[in-house]
Amino acid sequence: MRTSPIGQLSLCKIREFLREPEAVFWVFVFPILMTLALGIAFRSKGPDVLVVGVQEGAGAEEALAALRGVSALQAELVDPETARHRLREGKVALVVIPGDPLVLWLDPARPESRPARLEVDNAFQRAAGRQDPRSVETREIHERGSRYIDFLLPGLLGMNLMGTGMWGIGFSIVSARMRNLLKRLVATPMRKRDYLLGQLVGRTVFLFLEVGVLLGFAGVVFDVPIRGSFFALGLVSVIGAMSFAGLGLLVASRARTMEGVSGLMNAVMLPMWILSGTFFSTSRFPDVMQPVVQALPLTAINDALRAVMIDGAPFVSVVPDVAIAAGWGAAAFAGALYLFRWR
Amino acid sequence: MSAKVALRCQGLTKRYGDLVAVNGIDLEVRAGECFGLLGPNGAGKTTTVEIFEGLLPADEGSVEVLGMRWDRDERRIRERIGIQLQETQLSEKLSVIETLTLFRSFYPRGHDPEAVLRMVGLEEKRKVWVRKLSGGQRQRLSVACALASDPDVLFFDEPTTGLDPQSRRQLWEILSSFRSEGKTVLLTTHYMDEAERLCDRVAIIDHGKIIALDTPARLIASLGAEHVVEFETERPAELDPIRTLPGVGAVHTEDGVISLTVREVHRAVPSLLAELQRQGVLLTSLATHHASLEDVFVSLTGRHLRD
Repeated sequence: MRTSPIGQLSLCKIREFLREPEAVFWVFVFPILMTLALGIAFRSKGPDVLVVGVQEGAGAEEALAALRGVSALQAELVDPETARHRLREGKVALVVIPGDPLVLWLDPARPESRPARLEVDNAFQRAAGRQDPRSVETREIHERGSRYIDFLLPGLLGMNLMGTGMWGIGFSIVSARMRNLLKRLVATPMRKRDYLLGQLVGRTVFLFLEVGVLLGFAGVVFDVPIRGSFFALGLVSVIGAMSFAGLGLLVASRARTMEGVSGLMNAVMLPMWILSGTFFSTSRFPDVMQPVVQALPLTAINDALRAVMIDGAPFVSVVPDVAIAAGWGAAAFAGALYLFRWR
Repeated sequence: MSAKVALRCQGLTKRYGDLVAVNGIDLEVRAGECFGLLGPNGAGKTTTVEIFEGLLPADEGSVEVLGMRWDRDERRIRERIGIQLQETQLSEKLSVIETLTLFRSFYPRGHDPEAVLRMVGLEEKRKVWVRKLSGGQRQRLSVACALASDPDVLFFDEPTTGLDPQSRRQLWEILSSFRSEGKTVLLTTHYMDEAERLCDRVAIIDHGKIIALDTPARLIASLGAEHVVEFETERPAELDPIRTLPGVGAVHTEDGVISLTVREVHRAVPSLLAELQRQGVLLTSLATHHASLEDVFVSLTGRHLRD
């Protein structure tokens, strides 16, 4: 380590990173804050209670009594003016206008109108003495792995691998270029390849801290499961990190200013944040876009991380995804080595 | 063999668009010699050195370093030269010893990093981050990185620019001790006192060409006079009668200051005063000093070196 150029270059890369408080914040603290915020915002609630209004007038009390027996409904008495107002704002799912016939006043475009109509109709029919010819029961499932946080966390992990890989490498290289440090380094017998590899190796070492901290936090606070093996998870993470570090090298290979490299970074990363299934499934994009979406390295890594964490997939089954990411990484590294501006 | 050549270039030319930065330079630096490139900013010194360092390709001409050529022996040359670039900022958040150990790792042989720190007097700062070093200490660390491989040839580009006098003297001592080991140094500077003090031979460069090349002592002697008299007058004086005064060599005017190179101050000054009185011109200032490389540059180009 003491005399190997790659060892020294990697070591210096790690030291410089750990001595940069901002970098430590963005790599370790920020993803945790983001997980916390999204985990709280999209936590699993009990089944929604539908709020329905009953318009004042003759028969209103009986209608209220019939609805109060249904656990999925919360009924309240409203005057006609308020009823219109609440309906428009979506604060009630529907309004019952007592009389004969009974009128259900609702907006058919709202998704909650339908279940509310069913529940209210049932309630009134039963109250009027309907006998159901067939008895039906429901059974409920509450399993870890099917919540939004379980879907989200592998995506956040993938996004973090991308962000750290690209910013962590891109900024330090452009800063070294601006300070003439790259020129000083190539004035030594240092092999150029060693410098670039040192960046990748240095980046991979603090990857383990980064992944461990985020998964540990999500496991303790949100009980997010890791169903697959740590080996598979580790391997996917390492290959993902190397791949994005390679892209970081490529993006930073010619930029001479921080503004220049920031613009390029964002141009590469922003589309992937949206397209690669970090916050929502890639299946929401139309079929014509799928070839592009599926070819992105972040999509591949997110898919592989989800397969391992949620479905407990073995490494073999995510090899196609990992191969896409590795291909991007290798091509980017080769491109960077060829294009790199040392001075 | 004392006449062995460490660095050689012939017909060296480098253009940047229309600007000819280096215009056909021929140079031979002998092994064990400290050779200075002296000239104003933009004269082509740095370009010349960076071509020797293999950092810039020449447009025309040939370069040899320790008998090797960059296109064939890049790595072997790199292992035997030490480089200090103008304006390199080392990583702010690495310590002195970490920086030096990193540079040492690139070379198959060389000094122990701790020994290099002692050479440049930074052993007390070994664990201090580069960010916390003074300008002079940073420069000594930069020199230490150049010395780490125990090189045969050192390239220093403006090593003392922007340093305080004490830091300059410290760097000069480091360079002198390196030279005393019989190593070769190529140095660029625009400080003539630095060139006079450190260099065995000096090439004066202006507009990409060598306009004079010799030992500092002989360059100064070529003025034909050991002293310079500089004066200013209330209104312009007639120069022709002054040129023929006894003991006066060359006469130059720049920004209203007239300077004469003279052999004997005690004879030249009284006759100058008498001549000015005859012309009815009043002196507003008068100063004399020993001739320096600066005066050589002035006599060759009509301009001052300046910072």
